[in-house]
Amino acid sequence: MDLLRWSTRPARDVEAVSPRTNVIRGLLARATTPLLPDDYLHLINPLWSARELRGRIVDVRRETADSATVTIETGWGFSHEYAAGQYVGIGLMVGGRWHWRSYSLTSIGDPDDKRISITVKATRDGFLSSHLVDGVEPGTVVRLAAPRGDFRLPDPPPGKILFLTAGSGITPVMAMLRSLRREMSERDGATVEDGATVDIVHIHSAPTRDDAIFLDELEQLAAQWPSYRLTLHLTSSAGKLDPESLGEDVADLADRQCWACGPAKFLDALEKLFDHEGLEEQLHVERFAIARTDHGGEGGRLTFSVSDKSIDIDGATTILEAGESLGVQLPFGCRMGICQTCVVPLATGYVRDLRTGEERREGERIQTCISTVSGECSIDM
Amino acid sequence: MAITDIDVYAHLTESDVETLGAELDAIRRDIEESRGVDDARYIHRTIALQRGLAAGGRVVLLFSNHKPAWLVGTALLSTAKIIENMELGHNVMHGQWDWMNDPEIHSSSWEWDTTCPSVQWKHSHNYIHHKYTNIVGMDDDVGYGILRVTRDQRWEWWNVGNPLYNALLAVFFQHGVALHHLEVAKLRTGQKTYRQALKDLRLIGVKEVRQNAKDYFIYPLASGPNWKTSLTANLTANLIRNLWAYMVIFCGHFPDGAEKFTTDEFENEDRPRWYLRQMLGSANFRAGPLMRFFSGNLSHQIEHHLFPDLPSNRYEEIAVRVRALCDKYDLPYTTGSLPGQYLLTFRTIAKLSLPNALLRASADDAPETASELRFDVRGGLKRHFGVDPATGRRRGLRTALRELADSRVAATQT
Repeated sequence: MDLLRWSTRPARDVEAVSPRTNVIRGLLARATTPLLPDDYLHLINPLWSARELRGRIVDVRRETADSATVTIETGWGFSHEYAAGQYVGIGLMVGGRWHWRSYSLTSIGDPDDKRISITVKATRDGFLSSHLVDGVEPGTVVRLAAPRGDFRLPDPPPGKILFLTAGSGITPVMAMLRSLRREMSERDGATVEDGATVDIVHIHSAPTRDDAIFLDELEQLAAQWPSYRLTLHLTSSAGKLDPESLGEDVADLADRQCWACGPAKFLDALEKLFDHEGLEEQLHVERFAIARTDHGGEGGRLTFSVSDKSIDIDGATTILEAGESLGVQLPFGCRMGICQTCVVPLATGYVRDLRTGEERREGERIQTCISTVSGECSIDM
Repeated sequence: MAITDIDVYAHLTESDVETLGAELDAIRRDIEESRGVDDARYIHRTIALQRGLAAGGRVVLLFSNHKPAWLVGTALLSTAKIIENMELGHNVMHGQWDWMNDPEIHSSSWEWDTTCPSVQWKHSHNYIHHKYTNIVGMDDDVGYGILRVTRDQRWEWWNVGNPLYNALLAVFFQHGVALHHLEVAKLRTGQKTYRQALKDLRLIGVKEVRQNAKDYFIYPLASGPNWKTSLTANLTANLIRNLWAYMVIFCGHFPDGAEKFTTDEFENEDRPRWYLRQMLGSANFRAGPLMRFFSGNLSHQIEHHLFPDLPSNRYEEIAVRVRALCDKYDLPYTTGSLPGQYLLTFRTIAKLSLPNALLRASADDAPETASELRFDVRGGLKRHFGVDPATGRRRGLRTALRELADSRVAATQT
């Protein structure tokens, strides 16, 4: 109906959990134009705005020596109907600037619970992750990006599952396990789909028991849930997990759908193995960092022609990072080359894909979050 | 005839200009590297203050039938509109806060509380005006297509209305700004098609309707029986904002000493000379902290034109360094009191309603425009510049201008 469209027009790009909200928001915005009512209300309560999704950190709980679970109360417009295994973008203001990263959600969506949680491991070069683990105070207001990602279980889940996780790669799988457990308890007994039990084999790799995030919860699950088998692989004593030997450990590998998350090398080896066995359709991976290979570009001069800004970057800095350091507003999502939110056309020059080393030339559409300059390039932003 | 050879006009050697450019670059770098928490707090507080004033004013104006409420509400609303347009809108759209990486305080997304659509403003102001500043024939802000502000602009019969157009522009400033993007000067010369102008006009129309509906329909309606006084309050607030914005902008560009340039100058220009043109083409006015804030820090028009995308709250400290550079290179730093700068501006506008034949000064040596020839036209003036071997002091443009003024006084006395 036209009147309805007219009412919501000022709130067109605003996320709303219920469509009715944007009718009210749009009507009120006639009195606040060019702003939204949210632009005034968030000054009273930082969570009362859906122009940009916001959250407030309510709790930072340490999991291991270098990881912590951060619980965030979400503000207006944040949908809790996300799938287990998806990730969320978090923006944190440090030194007057907003910095963004994506983390797997470890909470499972529940419309009645206005909280989400992520579990973060402080990495050596991870400026933001160390800040989240060690420095962030409860009460801090963060920005959020709506959950997304294809690393998720189908509905209904397959009868036989293999989870392969290493280090903090456990986080999206923990969400999947929690959601499977909830689903089962809701269905009155441990059955899904056509009455069959989901049969899960989970191999998790960590340096030591102390380093293994969620170890208590995983072991408790294994104790209570007969069809969930957990194998803990400690690399400090047993060495790196060898994907080659997976066939021996998991006899019915060919029957299982596999979800894997961990370091890039680990996932590369898995992909090779599944390709070799002809099972590539059954492997689902989540790469939670850009695999910066030695394919780095040559680096060079990057120009944003509309903003009239340019910068010289090295072959390891992404175009997205460089743009943000200059204050150029570029679209982004996962920041790891999977969601395609950051795609922009390359106006002139060459860039190189940091993951594959492939070169792309002017006219092509590139993902700024995994591309660096190769010689010289410009983008019309 | 406006300045063509900027080096000669500025009494600087090629290497002087290069070092001056490098020193200005260094100021930019220092500020860029020191932007941080304090600056972020400043803009967040300004936004909170502005929205608080706006909301407060709107609430008080619901009771605008009481005289004191009308006065207080109108004052709050005018203040809010002034801060929104000057310190927030204008500066955010320049990208002064883009470094914060905040999508809500970013040049790409900010829309301001005035009838001019931000997307058009960013083109005609950030790009055309700030790139081609004061180049007669390229910068549409030299007279906005309706005023004659320098005798370099050819006199047309309709220019006799100059003071009248000036007054109308001041009163209806927000609509003038909105219509500015139509580029009437280019329409007259055929550089722009009416079809394109119609497209622009449609966008302007949409925003005009939204803005006017808010101020002159929705709030009076919400005031119920007080709709009449609410309407006058909104009209007054917009008028006050219009007059103030007009005042600040005119005093930054049209007082004596804000020089004009030729297209030939632009064609031979590099980065250091762009800086120099900005320094010579803009004018400041003296302001305390409060007036500086309400002018959107445009009392520092010179600093703003040198560094349009550095945060406005830093212009005051930048000014200290720019003034030091002006002293070092003996360059003029055009400033004065706000009323003084406005009187000079108005004198020019009033005078230029007449054709050049009726004006005394030539375009090479007039109060509002000059060229490097101004130092040739009078006999007995020293042509040399650089460091005086006797005193060790640099003899530059500032000294030359003073000598020129002295000789003029001497000429009238004899």
